[in-house]
Amino acid sequence: MKPILEVRDLQVNFDTVDGTVHAVNGVSLDLHQGETLGVVGESGSGKSVSMMSLLRLIPQPPGRIVAGEALFRYGDQEVDLISLKKRPMVSIRGNRIGFIFQDPLSSLNPLMTIGDQIRESIERHTSRRGTEARKRVIELLDQVGIPDPEARYRNYPHQFSGGMRQRVMIAIAIACDPEIVIADEPTTALDVTVQAQIVDLMNRLSEELGIAVIWISHDLGVVAGIADRVAVMYGGTIIETGSVDGLYAHPRHPYTVGLLGALPKLHINEPELVNISGTPPSLFAPPTQCPFEPRCPWAFDRCRAERPPLEPIQSASNETHLSACWYDLENDRPRRRQA
Amino acid sequence: MRLDALETRGLRSPVQRFLKLILRDKAGLFGVVLFAFVILVALLAPTLAPHDPLQQNLRASRQPPAWHEEGSWDHPLGTDNLGRDMLSRIMYGTRVSLTVGFVGVVIASTLGLVLGLLAGYTGGRTDSIIMGITNLFLAVPYLLLVVVVASVLGRSLLNVILIFGFTNAPLFVRITRGEVLRIRQSGYVESAVSLGATRTRILIDHILPNLIGPLLTVATFEMSGMIFYEAGLGFLGLSVPPSIPSWGNMLAAGRQYIQFSPWIATFPGLAIVVTSLSMNLLGDWLRDLLDPKIRRSAS
Repeated sequence: MKPILEVRDLQVNFDTVDGTVHAVNGVSLDLHQGETLGVVGESGSGKSVSMMSLLRLIPQPPGRIVAGEALFRYGDQEVDLISLKKRPMVSIRGNRIGFIFQDPLSSLNPLMTIGDQIRESIERHTSRRGTEARKRVIELLDQVGIPDPEARYRNYPHQFSGGMRQRVMIAIAIACDPEIVIADEPTTALDVTVQAQIVDLMNRLSEELGIAVIWISHDLGVVAGIADRVAVMYGGTIIETGSVDGLYAHPRHPYTVGLLGALPKLHINEPELVNISGTPPSLFAPPTQCPFEPRCPWAFDRCRAERPPLEPIQSASNETHLSACWYDLENDRPRRRQA
Repeated sequence: MRLDALETRGLRSPVQRFLKLILRDKAGLFGVVLFAFVILVALLAPTLAPHDPLQQNLRASRQPPAWHEEGSWDHPLGTDNLGRDMLSRIMYGTRVSLTVGFVGVVIASTLGLVLGLLAGYTGGRTDSIIMGITNLFLAVPYLLLVVVVASVLGRSLLNVILIFGFTNAPLFVRITRGEVLRIRQSGYVESAVSLGATRTRILIDHILPNLIGPLLTVATFEMSGMIFYEAGLGFLGLSVPPSIPSWGNMLAAGRQYIQFSPWIATFPGLAIVVTSLSMNLLGDWLRDLLDPKIRRSAS
């Protein structure tokens, strides 16, 4: 079966007074129906920008989608989100693709009741009106685990706790039975116990409703708990992708290796936390080399000359484990050049 | 017991809640009552006034207020230099002041709201043009403009209102534009965009409701300001013609007698203070009422 979302070579620039920032440099990914894809990376790695570009939610200007396509298949339709006209784009947002933001408090209008805010999206995209729309809202509130939904309908955002607000945001995102929900660090502003509840809720909903989820996060632990597959981003590009189990157990890209190595371990007493030395690359330079080369202990001359493409790892089993590196970590030698 | 039954128990009824809401802000309540009183006086001036405000009686000129030993209850607040009843004149003056303040603010805020929304929401060239004109307007000395207009077009109530309306509009433009820019950046607008909301929907559901609070506060403040300035212009002889009883005109007339008949200037002055005070208190009260966060909290 064809993936419902196929992103190819997405490139996004930002024009600033200091020069052009190459925020996203050729991101390609597939998303299948009902699957959860975790997108991880540090701040500035381009994970939010690339995902927001899919719905063209980045401010343009200064943002500019330079190249790429994003084929989105729903029903028997296939559209390219990047070249889509404004009007059909607006009818896809919140309808076929839902979006959940990081901060649930600022994402809700303080002067509107919770119920009305969920209802807004339903009335925008479906034919439900009046009591029918109201019934749907209450059903949604119940579905995302808010007790006493009839009474809560009339509440204002400030009467909800952080976790409950995020549940409301989830209710808004799934209100129109979307094919895809993009969640941009939805648990970052919440404390750990609430995080776990939200992760459980999303797992349950995506399973029950068959929604494909793109879960953006910088928390490898959270992603391990929710995702089927992971894409690791660095310097505006995906440097490694694979199933959660495969990638966490056998990281093939030096950055992923460093990232997983930097996770604090509870079972041994570490005198100091491990980090990856150096800083993320400046994105002003056009992407001509491997972005991780300056921080990579295995870097060699080819890394400076050519940008490594995201390619399947030969040794991997039948799963699709891809890595963008000139060095073959498994055999501890540079990858052989193809003829 | 079921959960919802538990939650309903101990909740105030809507009537109780409304009363609680009004009664807890004592200063606000005072402002509301005072303002209602001022409006009533303006509306009922012909019925309430004991005398015709224009009726002169030179034999009874400069009579002191009733509680003074030379005063009489026929003229509770005394009479002015032409023997006109002070109380009646102040009552009729309320009409002038409130009309100037109210209509002036309506003109200024409507103009400001429309232009500010246009500037803030469309941005780009429209924004530059509107803000350019606004800043140009702000740079013109306002009193000079008033003097010029009043001397060219003559003294009339309509002119005063129009001048106040137009000269105060730039303030509303700037505030509206600033607020629109702030609200546009907010998470809930971003979130609404991601839900496929159209520009019109965002304007109606998110930007306008969030504009009302700040604009209302400025509007009440400006309203009392306009009443002040109308009186000031009247004092300079630039406001409504002297035939119309207005607080400013009364102040101006009382100036030369302040030494021996201080009540002629004092009472219109007091009327101005009371009206302005009631408006400022009302403004705070309304703003709190429109904020669900403050509205819901117990104290």
